[in-house]
Amino acid sequence: MSAPVLDIRGLSAVSDRDQAPILRRVSLTLARGETRGLVGESGAGKTTIGKAILGILPRAVRVTSGEILFQGRDLLAMPGGELRRLIGERIALIPQDPMTALNPGRRIEAQLTDGLRLVRGVSASAARARALKLLEEVRIREPERVLRAYPHELSGGMRQRVLIAAAFALEPTLIVADEPTTALDVTVQKQILRLLRNMQAAHGTAVIFVTHDLGVVAQVCDSVTLLFGGKMVEEGTVAEVMEAPKHDYTRALLDACPRSDQPELGLRPVPPELIARLRREVAAP
Amino acid sequence: MVDGALTRARAEGARSRRREWIVACLRDPKVMVGGGFVLFLCVVALAAPWLAPHDPLEQDIVLGVTPPAGFPGAEPGHWLGTDDLGRDILSRVIYGSRIALTVAFVASTLAAAFGSALGLAAGWRRGWVDAAVSRLVEIWMAFPPVLLSILLVAVVGPGVGSVIAAIAIIDWTRFCRVVRAETMTQASGDYVTAARVVGFTPTRILLREIFPNVLPVLIALISLEMGIAVIVEAILSFVGLSVSSDTPTWGGMIAQGRQFLHEGWWILAAPLSLLFLTVLAFNLLGEGLRRALDPVMRR
Amino acid sequence: MTDDLLVAENLEIVFGAGRGAFGRKRPGVKALRGVSVRVGRGETVGVVGESGSGKTTLGRALLRLVEPASGRIVFDGRDITRLGETQMRPLRRRMQLIFQDPMASLNPRHRILRIVTEPLLFHRVVADAADAERRARAIFDRFSLPVSCLARYPHELSGGQRQRVGIARAALLAPDFVLADEIVSGLDVSTQAQALNLLKELTRDLGLSMAFISHDLSVIRAICDRVYVLRHGVVVEEGRCEAVFAAPKHEYTRALLDAIPSPRLDPGWLQRDTAME
Repeated sequence: MSAPVLDIRGLSAVSDRDQAPILRRVSLTLARGETRGLVGESGAGKTTIGKAILGILPRAVRVTSGEILFQGRDLLAMPGGELRRLIGERIALIPQDPMTALNPGRRIEAQLTDGLRLVRGVSASAARARALKLLEEVRIREPERVLRAYPHELSGGMRQRVLIAAAFALEPTLIVADEPTTALDVTVQKQILRLLRNMQAAHGTAVIFVTHDLGVVAQVCDSVTLLFGGKMVEEGTVAEVMEAPKHDYTRALLDACPRSDQPELGLRPVPPELIARLRREVAAP
Repeated sequence: MVDGALTRARAEGARSRRREWIVACLRDPKVMVGGGFVLFLCVVALAAPWLAPHDPLEQDIVLGVTPPAGFPGAEPGHWLGTDDLGRDILSRVIYGSRIALTVAFVASTLAAAFGSALGLAAGWRRGWVDAAVSRLVEIWMAFPPVLLSILLVAVVGPGVGSVIAAIAIIDWTRFCRVVRAETMTQASGDYVTAARVVGFTPTRILLREIFPNVLPVLIALISLEMGIAVIVEAILSFVGLSVSSDTPTWGGMIAQGRQFLHEGWWILAAPLSLLFLTVLAFNLLGEGLRRALDPVMRR
Repeated sequence: MTDDLLVAENLEIVFGAGRGAFGRKRPGVKALRGVSVRVGRGETVGVVGESGSGKTTLGRALLRLVEPASGRIVFDGRDITRLGETQMRPLRRRMQLIFQDPMASLNPRHRILRIVTEPLLFHRVVADAADAERRARAIFDRFSLPVSCLARYPHELSGGQRQRVGIARAALLAPDFVLADEIVSGLDVSTQAQALNLLKELTRDLGLSMAFISHDLSVIRAICDRVYVLRHGVVVEEGRCEAVFAAPKHEYTRALLDAIPSPRLDPGWLQRDTAME
């Protein structure tokens, strides 16, 4: 039983401005090759956790307690330079919006080879060769043309593939995927999700998958953590949580999803009393 | 009868809005400081005949180039000293503020009104209106402004009127371009489509939906322009193109003070400081107003 | 004589055509090619498609916000294809639009009360401002919107509240037809459920006809009677929802249906390939 790649223990954070809690003692583990979904509605704190792992929390958010153990080392206790190096080499991000995540003024080749050359010290030609291979791996046809292109010349789906290629370029141990398919068409989404899963299996990468889409979680993740108001409401394997949820909130969210197979089910609004009860639960020490 | 309902509704809304604006302004430090200084200057300018201790044109060669109060050799009654012709600096600075403020307010308002009207029309109607206005602006901006001012003053003759005209005629293009750009940006917003779907007329949409969203930019620009107008007037009077050389203007005083820099630094310092403070006040006022009057920025 | 409220026949919409410099003709891009749809009275019709399908353009065309290059649009028996703005104006009260992004569709410098009551006063639906406010309060009550929202500006409301204000604005005019343009895309599951249930109730109570544009087939299934599937500006399939979902005829429809990730675990889903190309 190997040690988990990521072990978050009791992570709490507040907003610097008004001390409002953003995360309340969140704990989760991630094994090698595992995909864990972080789900919740907006404001639940899922993106905050992703940012905390990557060390890019906004200045207005302050961690008050807890540890983020990455391969046994606490990221929160690491000095800045060492942290940046570690993250640069072993952790990658797949961002949400492919339209804005790429630098519009630079060609794709430059953006793909940046990490390889600056972090790994690879030569320009070797980096280029690797970039080509990566583009092939993400099933981009005409990789040569794409390397020379600027972001605005590519479609949303292609840009997201490029971003995935960039994420895997340095063979990271952990990838944080922040709603990577929310901005895509549904058919493109399926292709991208399949790609991500295949690449993850091939490289043995662990993935934290942040999303608000319960359907995506069910089909793509191995385990899931459901958040509300910065607190964990339920967690477990995907089968446990989605098929036999223990908490009322989980069940309510599942009931609120529209169902194309059985339209009479689904679209049940979450009862306000449940939300009120949940707020009290979450606020309790 | 039903139109009366709309008018009444608007009137009620307007009253409570105005009250809100006044409160917001009184709370904003920039508006209070900048606006306070501008107000103070306006009062001084209006009350010049009573405030100024001496006649600004009165010469007294015997008292030429005396330093301000507190310095050795100062003359009682001349708080800021005298210039080479023995004229009281304080009084001249006070009277100079009249010219500066008149030019600032009138020229900016004219430039803003004309420029914004064209900018709104061009940004909203697009098509040939936009093409025509844009060409006009481009051609107009190609004329060297200094030449235009000289031409104007030469043709019309010196005086506050020509200075105002020169500034307005040159600077309206600035307003036009900015307002046009902002109008186009706002026009692409969904709330404009929503207004079209309701069935509002295009003119109504422009004036009641788009214009309030263009106004913040306009306010900032007008206050900036007031500062610019004061400086331009100073430059024009520095080169003798402004009002007749008898009337005291800050620019004229600066020109004069330059010549006597070693004997009497105060001749230059007084008008220069006033100029600086006035422009600063206008800029602060503009920034503050923009924030205070805008519900979106107020948070 | 049908009881169709809104009928579009063979719509063709082109963008960017015209004369370039030196008089060269620009062909432009065809956003819609020969599209025909109809919306019956009291019916909710779905328009589904991905980006570039032309669904948004179709919506704007139905509301006569763009003029078709060819084809016909008939509203309540009247041909509105080439009507000018002045003639369209009185009809506009009867055809309303709910937007995807309520932050952008509510004038940021108007208060909510003004935003929702101005159309009523403009179209003389009410006698005076007091009556308009009464109606606004009533509908806010029904939508579980706190009345204090009326005095606020859009940015002071939550996303869910803004969305409901957008629906309220359209509903207050008691139109015959409403176009809902991707109104729940990007909403949380619970907010989405709330908004959709509201819409269902409203269409039922007011007898509204609705065209519901979305890229999400499961949402369409939940609230629409019939559906049109759009791809690259062409209708590839249409029919009653039950029929289309149970037995889709066109492979694109099948691909769309298959691409929806369901919250029910389906181990073969990810690798199952109905990719189109």
